[in-house]
Amino acid sequence: MDTKASPYFTALKCRECSRTYPKGAVHVCDFDFGPLEAAYDYDAIKAVLTREAITSRPHSMWRYRELLPIDGEPTVGTQVGFTPLVRSKRLAERLGVSELYIKNDTVNYPTLSFKDRVVSVALSRACEMGYKVVACASTGNLANSVAANAASAGLISYVLIPADLEQGKVLGSLVYGTNVIGIHGAYDQVNRLCSEIAGKYGWGFVNVNLRPYYAEGSKSMGFEIAEQLGWRTPQHTVIPMASGSLLTKIHKAYTEFAKLGLIDATPFKVHGAQATGCSPIAEAMKKGTDIVKPVPKPNTIVKSLAIGTPADGYYAIRTMKETGGYAEDVSDEEVVEGIRLLAETEGIFAETAGGVTVACARKLIESGKIPADESIVLCITGHGLKTQEAITGKCGAPRLISPSLREFDALVGEEAAALALQ
Amino acid sequence: MPNVRIPTPLRKLTGDQEVVAASGSNITEILADLDATFPGLKERLCDESGAVRRFVNIFINDEDIRFLEESATPVKETDEISIVPAIAGG
Repeated sequence: MDTKASPYFTALKCRECSRTYPKGAVHVCDFDFGPLEAAYDYDAIKAVLTREAITSRPHSMWRYRELLPIDGEPTVGTQVGFTPLVRSKRLAERLGVSELYIKNDTVNYPTLSFKDRVVSVALSRACEMGYKVVACASTGNLANSVAANAASAGLISYVLIPADLEQGKVLGSLVYGTNVIGIHGAYDQVNRLCSEIAGKYGWGFVNVNLRPYYAEGSKSMGFEIAEQLGWRTPQHTVIPMASGSLLTKIHKAYTEFAKLGLIDATPFKVHGAQATGCSPIAEAMKKGTDIVKPVPKPNTIVKSLAIGTPADGYYAIRTMKETGGYAEDVSDEEVVEGIRLLAETEGIFAETAGGVTVACARKLIESGKIPADESIVLCITGHGLKTQEAITGKCGAPRLISPSLREFDALVGEEAAALALQ
Repeated sequence: MPNVRIPTPLRKLTGDQEVVAASGSNITEILADLDATFPGLKERLCDESGAVRRFVNIFINDEDIRFLEESATPVKETDEISIVPAIAGG
C-alpha cells in the first residue's frame, strides 16, 4: 500500500540512548539493545489535535490518531476502544473511597480485552508495511485479538501460546481460523522462541518486531480515561502489570495530553498490580531496586500476567517511582475475591487480571497509600468468560428443583417473605 | 575454553561466527577476553561503568546470571554461555 508518511509520527527512538531509526520493523537499538519507541512532532500535533477535533470524531481509540504510530488511515480495528468509564458507587462504598471509576475494557471490541487496542495499531501498521502474515507470543488475550483482527483484515496469522492456557482463550483463538501453536513451556519460553523466529520467516510479530507500534496502542486507554473524566487525570490509576508496558503507556498518554494542552498538568500517581505467584516488578519495587529479577517458574491462576521476564519492568518501576505510585501483589485467593467483589458490586465480570487490580487497589487503600478522598481509576483489562476455570466452584452452584410450584415455594418461600419485609 | 553463543546483531563483530571460544574464570573476564579478540564487543554489552547493559541477558547453561552472581559468576571450562539481547513480548 502506498501511503504518505505521517507528519506527526516521525521516527523510532531508543529509550536508552535516544538514537533514532526509520519507521521500519525493528524493535531494539542496534547499539545497546534498548527498546525502540515511537517519536512524534508534538508541535505539529498541537496545531491540529484540539478537544473540539477529538470530540467531533467517532467513539473509538482512533479519535486520537495523530498520537498513534501509523502513516495513513487505520485499516484494522477501526471500531476498537472508547469503552465505558463507569462511576462506581457500590464498589466505592465497599472499599471506603469517595471517587472511584472502572475503566471497563472487558467490553472492548472485538475480543473483550485491552489487547484489541495494541493489535489495531500493530496490524494497521503491518498492512502499511505490506505484511501478509502476522504472529504473536501470547498468554491468551493477545492471541485472541490477533486471530480476530487478522481474520477481518484478511491476513494469515500464527499465534504462539503456552500449551496449558485456559480453554476459553484457546478456543477464542481457534474459532477465527488462525494457526494456534501450543508450546510446552511457560510464556517466557514462548517469547524467547518468538524472538528467535521473528526475523526468519518475514512475519510481522506484533509484540516482537512490530512492538514499538503495538505498545503505543495502549496509550489510547489513558487518553480515553482523561477525556471521559472531563479532560483531567485521576489522582490514582491502578494498572495490572505483565510486561509492565500498559502502565508506562498510560503514563505516557496522560503526559502527552498535558504537553498538548488538552488537560492541565496536575499530579497523578500510577500504581502497578501483580499476582504474588509472578510478581517480579512488584517485588523489585518493594525492595526499592530497579533491577527486576526474573521469575523462572510463575505459579498463579493469573496466566495473563504470568510473565517472569517483563520487558518493560525497569520502565514500569521508574514510572511508578517518578509519579509517587506503589506496586502491590495479591494471592490467588485474593484474586478470586477481587473478581467476585467487582462482579457483585458493579455487575462487571473480569478475568483474573481484573481480580488482581481490584484486590491490589483494596490493599493500597487499606494501607493508606491511596487516600480515601482522592480520585481513583481501576483499569479492568479483560473479560471473565475467558478465564472461567479460575472461579469454577468458587461462586456457589445453582439450586436445582423440578418445574413444580410446590418445590419453588419450599425453596424460596422463607427468603421471599424476608425480602418483602425489607 | 568455554563457548560463547553470539546473537545475530553482534555477529558483524565476530566475523559472522555464531559460537566463539573465550577464556576467563568469571563473566567479567570472559567479556574482557572477548573484547580483546573482537574489539568493540564489550562496549555493546556493558555500559560506561562496566556493568552489563540493562537489556542484555547473559545465560550460563541456560541460567540467567542475574540469578547467580551477576558478572562475578564463576565460569567453568565446559560451560556454555549465551548472550541474548532485548527480551520483547508482553
